[in-house]
Amino acid sequence: MTAILEVKYLEVTFRVGPMMRRQDLLGVAGVSFDVNPGETFALVGESGSGKTTLARAVNGLQPISAGSVTFQGQRVDTLSVREMKPLRRDMAMMFQDPVGSLSPRMKVGDLVTEAFRIHRVEADLQSETERLLSLVGLTMDFAERFPHQLSGGQARRVGVARAIALNPKLVIADEPTAGLDVSVQGEVLNLLGELRERLGLAMLIITHNLHVVHHVADRMAVMYLGRFVETGPTEEVFSAPAHPYTAALLSANPEPDPDKAQDRITLPSEVPSLLARPEGCEFHTRCPWAKDKCRKVVPDATAINGRRVACHYPLDEGARPPPKKEPS
Amino acid sequence: MYAAASDPKRARLAAVQRLLREPLGVFGVTLVVLMLFGAIFADWLSIYEPNKISPRDRFQGPSWDHLLGTDQLGRDLFSRVLHGGRIALSVALFSTLASLVIGIVLGLIAGYGPRWLDNLMLLFFDSIKSFPTVMLALALVTLFGPSLTAVVIVVVLVNVPGYARIIRTQTLALKESEFVTAALSMGASTPRILRVHVMPNVVGPLLILASMDIPVVIAIEAGMSFLGLGVRPPTPSWGAILNDGFTAIRDTPWIVLAGGLPIIITTLGFTFLGETLRDVFDPRLKGRG
Repeated sequence: MTAILEVKYLEVTFRVGPMMRRQDLLGVAGVSFDVNPGETFALVGESGSGKTTLARAVNGLQPISAGSVTFQGQRVDTLSVREMKPLRRDMAMMFQDPVGSLSPRMKVGDLVTEAFRIHRVEADLQSETERLLSLVGLTMDFAERFPHQLSGGQARRVGVARAIALNPKLVIADEPTAGLDVSVQGEVLNLLGELRERLGLAMLIITHNLHVVHHVADRMAVMYLGRFVETGPTEEVFSAPAHPYTAALLSANPEPDPDKAQDRITLPSEVPSLLARPEGCEFHTRCPWAKDKCRKVVPDATAINGRRVACHYPLDEGARPPPKKEPS
Repeated sequence: MYAAASDPKRARLAAVQRLLREPLGVFGVTLVVLMLFGAIFADWLSIYEPNKISPRDRFQGPSWDHLLGTDQLGRDLFSRVLHGGRIALSVALFSTLASLVIGIVLGLIAGYGPRWLDNLMLLFFDSIKSFPTVMLALALVTLFGPSLTAVVIVVVLVNVPGYARIIRTQTLALKESEFVTAALSMGASTPRILRVHVMPNVVGPLLILASMDIPVVIAIEAGMSFLGLGVRPPTPSWGAILNDGFTAIRDTPWIVLAGGLPIIITTLGFTFLGETLRDVFDPRLKGRG
């Protein structure tokens, strides 16, 4: 099966600082992954780890400085805006802010069918509005409303309807559950799952919410400082995280069952600045297991049973408890 | 900001109701309507031909025959004031409309276009703004000769930089907004983004400011005509009437009054109307301008 989206060694550089002391900052630092048709791939990481930048780069909203993005067998990072336009029919993106991503003076009916107008698709817009609204569980009454008259969940549904309007092959969802309360989060995730089944969508989901990942993703990647530290099938990563950072993230995930034992791995210190990346393994400053080698040698992403882990000493099955912190 | 008008029709109706509750607003509306009525029906309301010279009737005071008296050539001032209103109001409306269109287009380009173009346009706006209005008017009239076109061009040049700046600033803010990015990711063209997503969200405050600028425009037209830079004689204009009366102000002050009062009334009317409109539609702007 050929992948619908292939990303290779992708780098995104930002130039920051005043004119004379301009520095290059690597927002995304050499990332490779692919998404197969009908598959859901999740990107997880803390704020500032480069998830959103990566999504924008894939969508062509952010120029990339190295690497390549291939969509449906065609390289898209070298295309001009005009050349990219036909491909955008097949690659839809949903944005973080449910209400803020809807144009405030447009009615829901016009918002939902905007893709038809942009791509000059001949269609009965009235019946399309009806079809799309019912697909996302809204009634036709909503067609006459303005975005600020919607609740967060309703606005998110409108966002979903907009994204799937032209039956795309890939939907990029940036924090699809951000700003929604838990019950609505569940509804939106179920909706996305349902639509994926019915329409055969591939999805790239960006989130910091591990429950979301567990719920919807087939495969996942964990990002730290703009790099993937671990990639693999969701179930496997969840049951046996191999990278210490993944293990820490998973242990920090709130567990609804109070009887379950919680072995929290607390990470010391702050996320390092992207302008002063640590030497060696970039995670060593916060890794409870870090050894001398980690401080000096950059680990390669090595394949372990269908997973890729960037760590010198990947954790075994049933992760070792972190060593006691020496009093210093 | 853009979340203000929920159901536009109902919001507009409510705004009109609020406008009519403000005494200042009612006063403004009355004055403006009165002036518009006079200007539109000038032909029916005036008994005399506004440019008809009758030397026998010169310098007559106000009477039932000549409501506002006559000037140094015996022309009926009431007829001239009504026809002058036509010129003042049509110049004001036309040049304000032209300034709005040009200002909005330039502002959208400056705000949405590349950085260097923005800087270039700002430099251009600031250069125009740094000219005093009268100097600008003199320079243009030297180039093109006195005419109504010159008046319109001066007004447009004076108004456009400010209008474009307002639109530019708001466009700049919206450029990075998520709904514009969303439109980009759907493949929307730049003209579509500007027309559908940016413009409806930025023109509101500008329309109110423009309505407050109408008195300024009327004053510019009157001022230029007074100085002989606007309409050519014998075309009636309030500024020109003012100038006619100016030389004889000691003996026949009613000529100056006939030219000056309508300027004052119209200016006041539009100012009150504009200020109330601003307060009603956009309370955040209160106390500005």
